Amino acid sequence: MEKFTTITSTIAPLPIEDVDTDQIIPARFLKATTKEGFGQNLFRDWRYDENNNPKKDFVLNDPEFSKAKILVAGKNFGCGSSREHAAWAITDYGFKVVVSSFFADIFKNNALNNGLLPVQVSQEFLNFIFEKVKADKKLQLTVNLEAQTIEIAGHNKKEHFDINEYKKTCLLNGYDDIDYLLSIKDKIEQYEKTSKYLSFVD
Amino acid sequence: MGKTLFEKVWDAHVVTEINQGPAVLYIDKHLIHEVTSPQAFAGLEKRGIKVFRTARTLATPDHNVPTKNQHLPIQEALSRNQVEKLTENCKKFGVTLYGLGHPYQGIVHVIGPELGVTLPGMTIVCGDSHTSTHGAFGSIAFGIGTSEVEQVLATQCLLQTKPKTMKIEVNGKLGKGVTSKDIILYIISKISAAGGTGYFVEYTGSAIKSLSMEARMTICNMSIEMGARGGMIAPDETTFEYIKGREFAPKGEKWEQAVDYWKTLYSDPDATFDKVLTFDAADIEPMITYGTNPGMGIKINGRIPTLSEIEESNKATFIKSLEYMGLQEGTNLIGKQVNYVFIGSCTNSRIEDLRMVANFVKGKKKAPNINAYIIPGSRQVEKQAKAEGIDKILEEAGFELREPGCSACLGMNEDKIPKGEYCVSTSNRNFEGRQGPGARTMLASPLTAAAVAIAGKIVDVREFNLN
Ligand code: SF4
Repeated sequence: MEKFTTITSTIAPLPIEDVDTDQIIPARFLKATTKEGFGQNLFRDWRYDENNNPKKDFVLNDPEFSKAKILVAGKNFGCGSSREHAAWAITDYGFKVVVSSFFADIFKNNALNNGLLPVQVSQEFLNFIFEKVKADKKLQLTVNLEAQTIEIAGHNKKEHFDINEYKKTCLLNGYDDIDYLLSIKDKIEQYEKTSKYLSFVD
Repeated sequence: MGKTLFEKVWDAHVVTEINQGPAVLYIDKHLIHEVTSPQAFAGLEKRGIKVFRTARTLATPDHNVPTKNQHLPIQEALSRNQVEKLTENCKKFGVTLYGLGHPYQGIVHVIGPELGVTLPGMTIVCGDSHTSTHGAFGSIAFGIGTSEVEQVLATQCLLQTKPKTMKIEVNGKLGKGVTSKDIILYIISKISAAGGTGYFVEYTGSAIKSLSMEARMTICNMSIEMGARGGMIAPDETTFEYIKGREFAPKGEKWEQAVDYWKTLYSDPDATFDKVLTFDAADIEPMITYGTNPGMGIKINGRIPTLSEIEESNKATFIKSLEYMGLQEGTNLIGKQVNYVFIGSCTNSRIEDLRMVANFVKGKKKAPNINAYIIPGSRQVEKQAKAEGIDKILEEAGFELREPGCSACLGMNEDKIPKGEYCVSTSNRNFEGRQGPGARTMLASPLTAAAVAIAGKIVDVREFNLN
């Protein structure tokens, strides 16, 4: 995994609540057996019409927003299906951070496992971003993982965000969970000897 | 202080804990399907490691499979490739696979319970959010992403942060025409599609305890639709009765030991939950959804809310949703023409669901405008349905019982609902495009879906003579 560093970028605002992973990447694009290339189908049905023409009013089709590294979305982002393809599509497209006032659990884990930082802010802070970006499409945010802060450039507005200490260390150093688990295999084998369930099944 | 059911099972599976970090949770059973596993197997290959515990791993293809002519090669190349990849990976890594045509193949959350693989007190994961289904047995079961699938394949463990606990109590007797699907749609409509996020739910109360195992599975299945990681129900005699004698269930002396242990799996009277919600079964009526997330549900004869009744921050979503569904605020759905009905999915494709549908349509005829997909959850369900003559009853009423798989629940195979068409569906998600690009899904119980298939329009099932 790539190491996460401080990011300053323009944003792509998506002021919709309950964005589910079926919208992020529709099921019909899940047939690949590798992790690459999902970015081109990110938000496919919101981004393109049936004839594959870009829909003008969708945020990612606006050149002012399409280069953003920070996606800002409404409450309960990433609900629904557990498909990690959603996180792959978002990172493959080029986003490094997703900001929302609330994330679905599985999506949050999937994001963290792929070096994509979910930043949960207050509803008020989120509304402020949506409000300001309407007037200024070049609005920039700075996300500092080390300090756990998110700041709106030029508005003197800053918030602290929470992240699990362990996950933070992983992101800052580019570690995978699996490396850690593999290092404690003896403990796992030890556990198996005491397991209640394993004593009933062969 | 006492422990909750969740805490008892969780504590029994913690291998070790990271200081200020997550716990290392041992996973008793890992279920695998073709869509979320290929990249995980590829990860193992890249690291040059094996599957740590093949006996704790079980695979079946379900998401991509056709529901007709499963004995023939899959026509669509990408789907075929994914199913072949699963077969290849299972062979290479020594994982048991119930492939197409195998008598045990089916939707992964249907086959676990019916084979006696799913047992009380276990931890179960799968790269699929509806793994919550297995919680009906009093196990901790939840969906994971592909990176986590790789972790479990490699180490049989997961790093997990302990969720908060929520108790949802439903007391009283269910009314006529009200099923467990209506209970869960009702709860989600009350607490919203995000109301359970961060929690693991335990369902209890007299209305829950009176349900069969299959009806309990329907409820736990949809826990994820309120954002909860999973839901569970304390095992009881109904649970033991269901498990006894199933293929992989413990036998003889081991069975006795197992039951003794399972009987200790309940929330102690003095255990505390982070949140408690109580509902009265008498308030629950047949439900249907009108919008594009499962929280947007109403009583079948109720009305869609008006914009003024919706919270400010949710207004944009509400408007977008009604526009997609082609519906108006404040209106009633009764009488609306519907041309598609889908009866299937890991929520409602078990034998009791098919019995309920067959019992209702017996002696009636499908409305001419209706296109129906009736998809059994597994080969075993299909076999049982045929043994009971359910396929014949369906046929006489104008329906067809097809072959098992996820089918139009997510439209990865050829079973899709066309753009703009309404489909009353017994599945669990009414997201935009879930059943095909532009498809408009309305979630309901199998009973309501059957009634709609007969009437050709949205109808209150209680208008029929229910025996
Ligand atoms: S039936 Fe639907 S919800 Fe269930 S596992 Fe298959 S696709 Fe997922």
